[in-house]
Amino acid sequence: MLIFEQSSKGRRAHAQSPAAMASLDDLPADMLRKAPPLMPEVSEMQAVRHYTRLSQKNFSIDTHFYPLGSCTMKYNPRACNSLSMLPGLVDRHPYAPDSHSQGFLSCMHDLQEILKEVTGMKAVSLSPMAGAQGEFAGVAMIKAYHDARNDTARNEIIVPDAAHGTNPASAVMCGYKIKEIPTRDDGDIDVNALKQVLGPQTAGIMLTNPSTVGVFERRIQEIAALVHDAGGLLYYDGANLNAILGKVRPGDMGFDVIHMNLHKTFSTPHGGGGPGAGPVGVSERLEPFLPIPMVDYDGTQYRFVTADDRPQSIGRLSAFAGNAGILLRAYIYARLLGREGMTRVAEYSTLNANYMLKKMKAAGFEAAYPERRATHEFIITLRKEARDLGVNAMDFAKRLLDYGVHAPTTYFPLLVPECFLIEPTETESIDSLDNFIEAMIQIREEARNEADRVKGAPYTLPVRRLDDVKAARELDIAWKPTE
Amino acid sequence: MPFIPHTEEEVRHMLDTIGANSIDDLFDEIPADLRSFSLDGIPEGLPEMEVAHLMHERARKDSNVHCFIGAGAYDHHIPAAVWEIATRGEFYSAYTPYQAEASQGTLQLLYEYQSMMSALMGMDVSNASLYDGASALGEAILMAIRAHRKSKSKKILVPKSLHPAYRQAANAIVKNQDIELIEIPFENATGKTSLDALSEYAGADITALVIGQPNFFGVLEDVDALTRWAEENNAMTIAVVNPLAMSILKPPGQWGENGVDIACGEGQPLGIPLSSGGPYFGFMCATQKIVRQMPGRIIGRTVDLDGKPGFSLTLQAREQHIRRSKATSNICTNQGLMVTAATIHMSMMGAEGLARAAAGSHDKHRKLVSGLSAIKGVGVKFDSPVFNETVISLPVENATVLEALAADNVLAGFDLKKDYPELGNALLVCSTEKQGDASIDLFVEKLGTLLAS
Amino acid sequence: MHVRVKPVINSEFPQYQNQNRERDMSYIPSDLLFTSSHEWVRDEGDDTVTIGITDHAQELLGDLVFIELPEVGDTIETGGEAGVVESVKAASDIFSPLSGEVIEINEDLVDSPELVNEQAYDNGWIYKIKLAEPSEMENLLKPEAYSEVVEADEH
Repeated sequence: MLIFEQSSKGRRAHAQSPAAMASLDDLPADMLRKAPPLMPEVSEMQAVRHYTRLSQKNFSIDTHFYPLGSCTMKYNPRACNSLSMLPGLVDRHPYAPDSHSQGFLSCMHDLQEILKEVTGMKAVSLSPMAGAQGEFAGVAMIKAYHDARNDTARNEIIVPDAAHGTNPASAVMCGYKIKEIPTRDDGDIDVNALKQVLGPQTAGIMLTNPSTVGVFERRIQEIAALVHDAGGLLYYDGANLNAILGKVRPGDMGFDVIHMNLHKTFSTPHGGGGPGAGPVGVSERLEPFLPIPMVDYDGTQYRFVTADDRPQSIGRLSAFAGNAGILLRAYIYARLLGREGMTRVAEYSTLNANYMLKKMKAAGFEAAYPERRATHEFIITLRKEARDLGVNAMDFAKRLLDYGVHAPTTYFPLLVPECFLIEPTETESIDSLDNFIEAMIQIREEARNEADRVKGAPYTLPVRRLDDVKAARELDIAWKPTE
Repeated sequence: MPFIPHTEEEVRHMLDTIGANSIDDLFDEIPADLRSFSLDGIPEGLPEMEVAHLMHERARKDSNVHCFIGAGAYDHHIPAAVWEIATRGEFYSAYTPYQAEASQGTLQLLYEYQSMMSALMGMDVSNASLYDGASALGEAILMAIRAHRKSKSKKILVPKSLHPAYRQAANAIVKNQDIELIEIPFENATGKTSLDALSEYAGADITALVIGQPNFFGVLEDVDALTRWAEENNAMTIAVVNPLAMSILKPPGQWGENGVDIACGEGQPLGIPLSSGGPYFGFMCATQKIVRQMPGRIIGRTVDLDGKPGFSLTLQAREQHIRRSKATSNICTNQGLMVTAATIHMSMMGAEGLARAAAGSHDKHRKLVSGLSAIKGVGVKFDSPVFNETVISLPVENATVLEALAADNVLAGFDLKKDYPELGNALLVCSTEKQGDASIDLFVEKLGTLLAS
Repeated sequence: MHVRVKPVINSEFPQYQNQNRERDMSYIPSDLLFTSSHEWVRDEGDDTVTIGITDHAQELLGDLVFIELPEVGDTIETGGEAGVVESVKAASDIFSPLSGEVIEINEDLVDSPELVNEQAYDNGWIYKIKLAEPSEMENLLKPEAYSEVVEADEH
């Protein structure tokens, strides 16, 4: 039942608003609302009960194993939440002067330094509010760099066909055309194809490493040299940073600009879809173009860097300082982990993924790249099962929900048919991993004996499969009262 | 090792299963020269107790201020239940609801949010949020250009009285796509967008007009006149509004003859703490006619196999993961956690509660302005009705006042000099319903003393 | 169009099964002409044509939820975007096989996009144009040539 359907006229949470309605006699009558908006009219306890019960319908990291490839669903430490919401931090106004913001600014500055160090870049801006905004900022900086050198013939960005959709979308938002290159069967990009498309029109290339197919791009140094020789720049999509944190640095691989997804690698909360945070790091030549604001330290005082300090900046992407509260959570996480802890992230996420890959292969599942090491994630293709048993990846995913596991990422990347992209993360114990594999084996068995059972899953959740076609054809996206 | 559960024995067992001698072997595909470096610049890890100590110390440094700054972020009362529920693990650590059956909590909540937001704005539809108000404006401009089939100019009229950071952020987002943002001045006496200046563009091909309510100065614009101008000139309208103010002011869906096409803004006043400017959330509402051009996630109600009502992400074909380079936007995340809090907040406050909070805030601010303007030399800059904030003029330099009062932990307002030098020495001051009377008295007293000397 | 995604059809919902299944997927009307991007063209005589997308295309897309139609009076170039067909999992541009002025659009598709799934060659037609360059018709594929395109696509 919707909250609206539990309303009763005149009911409200009396403790939560001022005792009386203050006068609005200084405002012209024709500017005022004639009728109140249609909002719920419930008591405080009704609201609490309603939303508590809704929360209980969700899968979450706190309740379920959630091996979503490319999403890095690791444990969100509670301390990161409570310490970022301390008084002084949680109620600091974004425009409070630097003199009264040394606590907050020192955290931001420290985070900039930590991110620089762990990625091997020269400078960092924390302001992009999500990975996609970080990507936009990165591509905008590449454009600003070429424009500043009057190198305006460069109008193409190269993107592998396995890239995440935000990559080409971000490039187009910056006015670029997209040139796609294929990925080979062994998972690396096709360097010959790359050579064909490089030229004076190349502004840059956007890569993820490890790539979206879950393997390390082995010829990355060669690729970097080729692109740089053609006058282009390299952009690193940090979605898979968890696989190499503390083990390999994008700066060392030759990347000129990177974005990080703090809601993946630095364990800030996924919150049902956000907020994220997408700081960008750059090499020296892109430093002048970083988005503002950033934080500087002169040895005694911390301060916000402004547009005046950075005349070539691509500008600001948000009204204030980005998702500050999320940045605080990432900082706290970084302090809890420390340098050793960060290296362990890559080591144990990779250990978990390789263990699962080995066991799944042994159980007869088909790996998409059987000759390669898993990084922190790997791909299983269920095309055999789909062909022989009529049960596809979506069916397996839905049945896994009945086994108390959130399904892995399905149908991404697009170039592997019927795929599962599986990323356990380093915070899962061996029991979680074994349970998952056992569930997959059982579901396959069910698919052999009783395919319809799998195809009709899930059965044990608040709803069964939903009619997406009806949802799109008969658009119902806001409640309206029936009378 | 924090958060890593493996015992040594388990590690050995796993390596045996894999057939590797050490964890390092698992990285053997990576060129050796890429793997040698030190991370000395990163401090060693600390136990939670010590990190807590560190954070308490830093938080203390920024505490105990009397803040009279608004300028797009407002310190309103948030019921205690809001964040207790929003930070429940099932909401806090849930992912984007791609597997709808396992996310009905989040999905239903977002549907309720969409319903409340459209009601508050008086519009047909809403999305499930964007990053913040400023980027929402950028997205609204891109949407107007896509949706306006007749206009080719890509010219957008943007009032100078709109938040400077919003204008800058919108510019950063649209500047590489051949879109022109044309600034419309405000009248010096009233602080309102100049209808005269607007009339210069009558008959021209203008794709959209942006209207703020209240505008950055707190001034209430003649929204009907502005909307009608756009209607007469075949321009789309984009409203940028304070959502709490819409609980008492005429909402954008009712402006002009037909209401606006797109309404957007910053959702922070609806249950989100100040937290240094983020995370907040941008909201966007539109008319039914152009719903398919709306960026961001949208939740729809449908039925399941048994005919039971349920909720899922819909209209996904427009989004980046399917359309890729042809997407309506590159946007991927929304601000899920913030919207969760805002929805709980709106449910708990209801229309009456929100109206009382808005009115209470406006009232406290009137008390502040009345106290300040009674001081010799201090004036109210604009002769116009305002909501929640006022521009006061000073007889001395802004910096003098701000520094002197900050020494007593009074943050006296937003310094307008940088963005609006034409206003002379002027501060944008705000006071919400949460401000104590003692704080207001302190501000008035300190300023009075300073100016008397 | 270029359909990127192998769609996940709601196989369990009875109303979405068997639409058009009674027709053999290799059915290609002999009185039409085609493009390799899965649009079909019917010559109406008098230099006007009707244009739609093929059975094969609608199969790839899955159940359509929305068709973005061109506007009457629009001038379209060959290869230019004449609209968008949108299903739950994919959205594809319609590339106009010929150039000319749009003289009619199928308004029925606004409320019933499923007509394209069910009757791709009949009531699922999308738009009609007055040809700017009638000789362009010679560049289109005959039914046999198009059936080879479909065969290649299915492997």
